[in-house]
Amino acid sequence: MKLVSLAFGLLFSALALAQQGPIKIGMSMPQTGALGAGGKAALLALQMWVEDVNAKGGLLGRKVELTAYDDQTNPALTPGIYTKLLDVDKVDLLIAPYGTVPTAPIMPLVKQRGLLLMGNFSFQVNRTVKHDMWFNNSPWNDASSWSDGFIQAGQKAGGKTIAFLAADNEFAQNLANGARELAKKAGLQTVYNQNYPPNSTDFSSLIRGIRAAKPDIVFVMSYPGESVAIVRAVNEIGVGDSVKIFGGGMVGLQFTPIMESLGSSLNGIVNYNSYVPGINYPGIEEFLKRYSAKALEAKVDPLGFYLPPFNYAIGQMYEQAINATRSLDHKRLADYIRKNEMKTIVGPIRYGPDGEWANPRVVQAQFRGVVDKNMDQFRQPGKQVVLFPPEYKTGDVIAPFEKARGK
Amino acid sequence: MKFWASLVVVLALVVAAAFTVKNEFVFYAGYTVLLYVVLATAWNILGGYAGYVNFGTPAFFGLGAYTGAVLYKAFALPLGLQIAAAALMSGLLGLFAGALTLRLRGIFFAIATIALVVIMETAFINWRYAGGATGLQLLRPPPTAPFESYIKMLFVVMAAMALGAVALARYIQDSWIGRGLRAIRDSEEAAECSGVPTLRLKVFACTVSGALMGAAGAPMPMYLQYIEPSSTFNLNYAVGALASPMIGGTGHWLGPVIGALLLSSLQQYVTVTISNEMNVLVVGVLLVVFVVAAPEGILGLAKKVGARWKR
Amino acid sequence: MLPLDLLFEGVLFGILLGAFYAAVSMGLSVSFGLLDVPHVAHPAIMVFGSYCTFVLARMGLDPIVAGVLLMAPFFLLGMLVYRFYYEAFERRGAEAGVRGIAFFFGLALIIEVGLILAFGVDQRLVEAAYIGQSLRFGDIRIPMRTLAVFGVAVVLTVLLSLYLAKTFTGRAIKAVAQDEPALRLMGADPVRIKQWAFGIATAVSALAGAMLIIIGPVEPAMDRLYIGRTFAVVVLGGLGSMTGTIAAGLILGISESIVLIHPALGASWAPAVSFALLLLVLAIRPQGLFGR
Repeated sequence: MKLVSLAFGLLFSALALAQQGPIKIGMSMPQTGALGAGGKAALLALQMWVEDVNAKGGLLGRKVELTAYDDQTNPALTPGIYTKLLDVDKVDLLIAPYGTVPTAPIMPLVKQRGLLLMGNFSFQVNRTVKHDMWFNNSPWNDASSWSDGFIQAGQKAGGKTIAFLAADNEFAQNLANGARELAKKAGLQTVYNQNYPPNSTDFSSLIRGIRAAKPDIVFVMSYPGESVAIVRAVNEIGVGDSVKIFGGGMVGLQFTPIMESLGSSLNGIVNYNSYVPGINYPGIEEFLKRYSAKALEAKVDPLGFYLPPFNYAIGQMYEQAINATRSLDHKRLADYIRKNEMKTIVGPIRYGPDGEWANPRVVQAQFRGVVDKNMDQFRQPGKQVVLFPPEYKTGDVIAPFEKARGK
Repeated sequence: MKFWASLVVVLALVVAAAFTVKNEFVFYAGYTVLLYVVLATAWNILGGYAGYVNFGTPAFFGLGAYTGAVLYKAFALPLGLQIAAAALMSGLLGLFAGALTLRLRGIFFAIATIALVVIMETAFINWRYAGGATGLQLLRPPPTAPFESYIKMLFVVMAAMALGAVALARYIQDSWIGRGLRAIRDSEEAAECSGVPTLRLKVFACTVSGALMGAAGAPMPMYLQYIEPSSTFNLNYAVGALASPMIGGTGHWLGPVIGALLLSSLQQYVTVTISNEMNVLVVGVLLVVFVVAAPEGILGLAKKVGARWKR
Repeated sequence: MLPLDLLFEGVLFGILLGAFYAAVSMGLSVSFGLLDVPHVAHPAIMVFGSYCTFVLARMGLDPIVAGVLLMAPFFLLGMLVYRFYYEAFERRGAEAGVRGIAFFFGLALIIEVGLILAFGVDQRLVEAAYIGQSLRFGDIRIPMRTLAVFGVAVVLTVLLSLYLAKTFTGRAIKAVAQDEPALRLMGADPVRIKQWAFGIATAVSALAGAMLIIIGPVEPAMDRLYIGRTFAVVVLGGLGSMTGTIAAGLILGISESIVLIHPALGASWAPAVSFALLLLVLAIRPQGLFGR
């Protein structure tokens, strides 16, 4: 009798499962446009997580399926894409697109509908909306976590005046607003402060303006295309002998293809990063090896230091929350994530009340000794000398900026 | 009487749909289709009746959208007042810009309208309170009863606006204003010699056209819950507003409606099934084909077919 | 106000940039200034030329060489486009001319989307020995790419002006702009001359496209930015005047440059400069500086 009921039980569960279908996770990811190079690498990491989870039998006995659309880094497209994901594709769970600019427009939407959203490397995008089911995965939380290291390095080199150059987009403006306050508190005098429209391509005039103001510290907050153009402009016309350190918040100088193409023009720049070789999070090196093999095939960023581990970690957090709560209910998952510390390949993650990391781990590093057209040089520690935070520090800053560039 | 009766019937159908159809995405896409009906009808008043082809739609639409957004941010103004204020602002823009530029002919006027769009966009990029180039996130209020979903409410609002625009266009077309505009289109010199007050009529058409486009723009920030300059002042609005009447037929108020319903629905379909870029390609190709091969638009083709049938 | 040395640099770069704008507007000066074709698609064809240069440069060609080589196929393309435009619009009368604007607008869209489909929305750039280097003149460093483009622009402008002034076909082109019936009476076929002229204008746009991608990265929607600039230059200079185009290009270049370095204005107001200038000219002196 027991065997028959067991057989029936199994049969029914199998039928039930077969009818339940996969768990659908939906997102948009910039695969073209300003953040495209980073987005492609991030997406690959998420797909790796989906494969790993399905190989282990899925979640709650169901397979996981990821639907990702290309939002072209265009904030005007994301509301439409997420509405489609929810109303047409009927996904169960959401992940935010990589980056502040594509994420900002969907914050009101998820708050209105009471949905859990896992943030993806955005900066302070929940500041005005204050959604309580938002959990951002990035090593920073507020402006201070980002700019403290940079400003301290500048002051150590003797800097007293500061110049700000920021893109007029959500990310750069959030960071610039915070950084300006901090600079004032640190006693620095602002001698130049300019915003430029996103996707500007010619920075020669702006660099000239900066040079004329003779600042000690130049804090730049830019998106990838502009970061490249700014580095090239600095290389071409120079930013002046007064500058002690240059950089700080330039997105894109962490993407391997960009690092390779800029080569020696990167030298001397002090910029933020999330991971450089030598930092030992448990599990990350094994992940990077596996990632590298897949990335070569898929023709995306083969080193994958910046975004892929963090995107894989988003998957890991969903995995832990779903397995612990045995549900897909957004409120229960949000409660779990809010209250628990989760183990991931980028270290343990715990969230603060604003949905950002409670303990930031932003790295500020200076490029040194970089040569042209060589991607493998970045695999070794030493090309990015860590100046901050103290627990990962590998060297002191070389100033002034033009001297550090070897010019 | 038949006209007004059909308007009421259409509105009733729309409201009924809003309370019966469940899938929200239909209304989300349908809103855009109705938006283009309004924009196309408004464009046709100056571009079709008077023959002054222009690319200025984004300037009026965008100003209307930002008026709504800023008033909502500052005073939490309800949607109805936002629409009224937007119509006023864009109407004024139409009045002033029209008075300045409508002395120019043909291509010069068209290029001047592009200049207007870029200048408006640049102005809003530099206005921090309205979000600058970064943009503004807006949390919309709950929908007014009896509606349960804000998107469905916006859909009905836009349908009402479309019907209103059509009624206005029809009125202008059949009145002495319409006759004057047609005279300008056929030969401006002859019209002036006959004593038609050409500049005043053109400025009037520009004002009305602008006001309608502004009104159509006001719900946009509530629809997206986000507004930023480059997508709001995008020349793609100019394309849709211009292509729909050119495809549907510019002489009659029905032309822009047919053109917008067909073109915009096709665009929505292509965007969802293929890609966002393809839909712009579809518009470009259709525009070129119709402008070259069927200058009278679909209405013109229908007339020719009808004439042949009668034989 | 601005410190003197910054102002000097601004004007200097304005001149270099202005020559580039003049060269880029030359094609429009012929097609719109002389032939009255409402060629809103001119910048789109130029951007198409930039992408063709990109493809050739990827195969190893120097971008300037690529630009020169592209002039021949673009010449033929121009003749084809004009022929089509003439048959479909100009022939059918003045009202059709207004629809011609819509036609070129549609054409510009098709080119833009075609480029997005073929190359994606990302920015593309070319590499060459002179891109990235700069020359030092005391405190001032001038990027070589700006100088290279300046050189090409000057040569192109001089050659085109000479062609229009001295050669037989060139003068015929100017004649067809001034007095078409008279030209017909003299036995020349105005349509063929206009076709030839449009071909030249398009060929010039190919080289302009090469210059565009040398100066900086391009992306498919860039034509929208250049509609304002090229029309502003052509209208300010006066329709049909090559000298006017050169002068207007310099004026635009210098104005933009000064706005860019001005601390209160800066990069967010720069795109409006060309359009504001255009509106000003149309309001005050529609025939431009040297117009006919």
